[in-house]
Amino acid sequence: MPELLEFNNVSKVYSRGLISQTSTVALSNLYLKLKEDQPTIVTVAGESGSGKTTLAMLLLGFIPPTSGQILYHGQDINTLKGEEKIRFRREVQAVFQDPFSVFNPFYTVDHLLTVPIKKFKLAKSKSEARDRMVESLRAVGLHPQDILGRFPHQLSGGQRQRINVARALLLQPRLLVADEPVSMVDASLRANILETLRSLQSDYGVTIIYITHDLTTAYHIARSIIVLYHGAVMEAGDIDTVIKSPQHPYTKLLIDSIPWPDINRRWGATEIKAQESETEDRSPGCKFYARCPFAMEKCKFAPPLFRISEFQAASCYLYEQHSPVEAERLSELLPV
Amino acid sequence: MTPIMKIINLQVSYYTDSGRARALDGVSLSLEPGEKLGLVGESGSGKSTMALAMMRMIKPPGRIEGGQVIVGGTDLTALSDDEMLKARLSKISYIPQGAMNSLNPVMRIGAQMVDAIRAHNHSISGSEMEELCLQTLESVDLKRSVFRMYAHELSGGMKQRVCIAIGVLLKPQMIIADEPTSALDVVTQRQVMETIDRVQDKIGAAVILIGHDMGLMAQFVDKVAVMYAGRLMEVSHVREMFTDPKHPYAQALIKSLPNLDNKGIFQGIPGMAPALLRLPRGCAFHPRCEHMMEICQSVRPDLIPLTDGREVSCHLYSEAN
Amino acid sequence: MTSATITLSEFQQPSRLTLLFRYLRRNISLVVGLFIILGLVAFTVIGFLTLDTKDAYPLSAKARQPPSLEYPFGTDFFGRDLYAAMVVGMWQTALIGVLAGAIGTFIGVVLGFTSAYFGGLIDGGIKGVCQVLTPIPVFLIQVVIAGSLDKRSVTIYTMALIVVLLSWMGPTLVIRSQVLSMKERQFVSVAKLSGLGDGGIIFGEMLPNLLPFIAAAFVGQVFSAVFASFYLAVVGLGPLREPLLGNTIWAAQTQGAFFNGWWWWPLAPAVAMVLILSSLALINMGLDELANPRVRRTE
Repeated sequence: MPELLEFNNVSKVYSRGLISQTSTVALSNLYLKLKEDQPTIVTVAGESGSGKTTLAMLLLGFIPPTSGQILYHGQDINTLKGEEKIRFRREVQAVFQDPFSVFNPFYTVDHLLTVPIKKFKLAKSKSEARDRMVESLRAVGLHPQDILGRFPHQLSGGQRQRINVARALLLQPRLLVADEPVSMVDASLRANILETLRSLQSDYGVTIIYITHDLTTAYHIARSIIVLYHGAVMEAGDIDTVIKSPQHPYTKLLIDSIPWPDINRRWGATEIKAQESETEDRSPGCKFYARCPFAMEKCKFAPPLFRISEFQAASCYLYEQHSPVEAERLSELLPV
Repeated sequence: MTPIMKIINLQVSYYTDSGRARALDGVSLSLEPGEKLGLVGESGSGKSTMALAMMRMIKPPGRIEGGQVIVGGTDLTALSDDEMLKARLSKISYIPQGAMNSLNPVMRIGAQMVDAIRAHNHSISGSEMEELCLQTLESVDLKRSVFRMYAHELSGGMKQRVCIAIGVLLKPQMIIADEPTSALDVVTQRQVMETIDRVQDKIGAAVILIGHDMGLMAQFVDKVAVMYAGRLMEVSHVREMFTDPKHPYAQALIKSLPNLDNKGIFQGIPGMAPALLRLPRGCAFHPRCEHMMEICQSVRPDLIPLTDGREVSCHLYSEAN
Repeated sequence: MTSATITLSEFQQPSRLTLLFRYLRRNISLVVGLFIILGLVAFTVIGFLTLDTKDAYPLSAKARQPPSLEYPFGTDFFGRDLYAAMVVGMWQTALIGVLAGAIGTFIGVVLGFTSAYFGGLIDGGIKGVCQVLTPIPVFLIQVVIAGSLDKRSVTIYTMALIVVLLSWMGPTLVIRSQVLSMKERQFVSVAKLSGLGDGGIIFGEMLPNLLPFIAAAFVGQVFSAVFASFYLAVVGLGPLREPLLGNTIWAAQTQGAFFNGWWWWPLAPAVAMVLILSSLALINMGLDELANPRVRRTE
């Protein structure tokens, strides 16, 4: 059986300028495999500019890769047509960060749910459609009578984001991309939304790619993690292991900078070397070189992933005593 | 020590097509010089309105209906528009959310900084102004060359630090930072917060940090004030707020925070915050409170001081007294 | 835990009519503009119902009469009943305006959408053509074209076409820039994820949101069309036989109306033109405020 999703040496490069071309590597040589019968939640973590949003856009087929292929059920998503394209669209969905902008201000919020029902033929009649909408709204803790028929600006951010999640529930995709789904939602509502996402995976068998820079929420729902920096994988593995004992200097910096709501765990263990310039790092070496407190000469050549344990690997020469893992085998590091 | 800031019974309402929304319903707070206060609340709790009211930047259909804001001995609500203009930036400055979008894209950074100074002081010479700007840039960990750059040449974190620099140019007595790091990622956020900390320490200003991220509060502030539906629920020192919160809402907030020990256990707060147009009678939190008593439904609790210097507005404690 | 959670459904939302009235109270230009236009429309309609349009043409009444009960606006040198002339003239002006306005707006919407949505060479092409044609002095070209036509083939329809020729670029560029920014909005991405194709997105998602802009562009086009027909007629390039407002003024001027003391002749069309143009301008301003929420005034 073909994999659910496969990234085959995918890179995305943006170039600007007509004469003196400057190029930014948003994602470099990513290999990822997600199995059909093992729904899981993978976190892709990184700062802005890490490539995580690019990854989401590539996965959803909104932008084509510069090189490499993205395969869904064994087929290249950018060459799909007709029936198969509709199937892809139905089975791969997303929940985005901004609860407001996903709504078309001209229509009531119902529109967000009715359009896919109609397009994907999820109901045979208007009343069945309504039933399904009511069911999914209830499942996220909303009262349908307070929601249906209203305009987006009449509802709160938390309500809107829950409608987005309800939409995902309604469509029951095979793969869900959640791009910072709770970062614009109040702390007290995050629990509810994260709980729903987790039940999507455990009860409905949806594989979720959870994209974020907030490792605290990721820790709570994901099983495995890939840490990106400037388009390259810095560390990957089981999320408990990586967060509790990060190995890569960048991961250490990330974890240490998390504002833990715990006064006994304050910032300050690692120093931050401020990144001053905006010039793109086009050197072939480790992407983190400029900010790494442990930078060595050999780091000018990009390190491979070194396997520190069964489910943890970091691409850093500090761990070269361990055996290296080829980029193609990244998925083996991610537990399900 | 006399407090550097005292807010006394501040009331702000917005008059909308659907009625009157009480964004701030009698809020009183005070702040010592050099102290860092965190103002926490969900969206709609009134915390941003508080910041705007202090800066007298509330626009119609909003209005300051009552109360006073006294900074360094001056009641800002009683100043004329011109005097308030002078007070902004020199006495009290404001770093807004998404501040990096408030930089003028067609002017160099330096020109914008000089503009800010010149609006307050006409007698200072050009070279003195430039030197002041350059020094301030250094104090926020930016290179002097940023003075000549344009906003689009800087990263998000750098732009935010420019905004901090502009906010401290004239060494105000108070800085209000309204979710200054909401659009930034974790590492940049830490950098920016550490910058604010350093700079504030250097000029001895008091800071009010507004946000909904309790984690940030734990890392940065001395005191925490919790707002709900336009009212203050609790004001405590940060250590006590996290270890022993008194108000049921504050307790629920602290319990719902994710940490490394409770993986997979989610605890939200049931119910929804009330619309400011129709506040419940009595205590604003009573419909969601697990300790609700009969008096909570009809009598609004005042903010009363407890023995250890904390303040709570909850009938659970007024009865004990 | 009590169930007394206050939800949004509990409060009275004022009816949409009330909200509409409150909004209109704030947007005075829209209200005044609409009022004037409705007044002019009423005038024209009543006029058509009460008189014989033949009277708008020469030799239908006693010439050179000042305003009186029989001829409320007087008559001109050629024996037109000026009241009838006004009524018919307004109607014709409106026709030119709306026709040219509609065609111009339609072209603008089609080209603007196509250009912005499909991008690439198509966008480059359309944008390029617009940018090249825009700086061309419109008045000059219109005069040249109108002047070189055989006098007999100038009708109100050819007037409309002359006007549209160089006015479609404005709406195209405006609609294009609106669609460009709208294309990037997340609800368009979600629409794609919901299975909508290009057609569904353009007509179902984007077009409804652009209605205020399209309406504003339309009013703007009508304005330019009416104005253009007016000034072309005033210099004598219009369809001379028709009682177009501009024609009347041209005729009055060439016959030396003021010198001869026939003051009523150019007065009515002048006043009418001022009313039409100012009402259109006011509506345009009002719609601009509606379309652009940032300009919207609050109480």
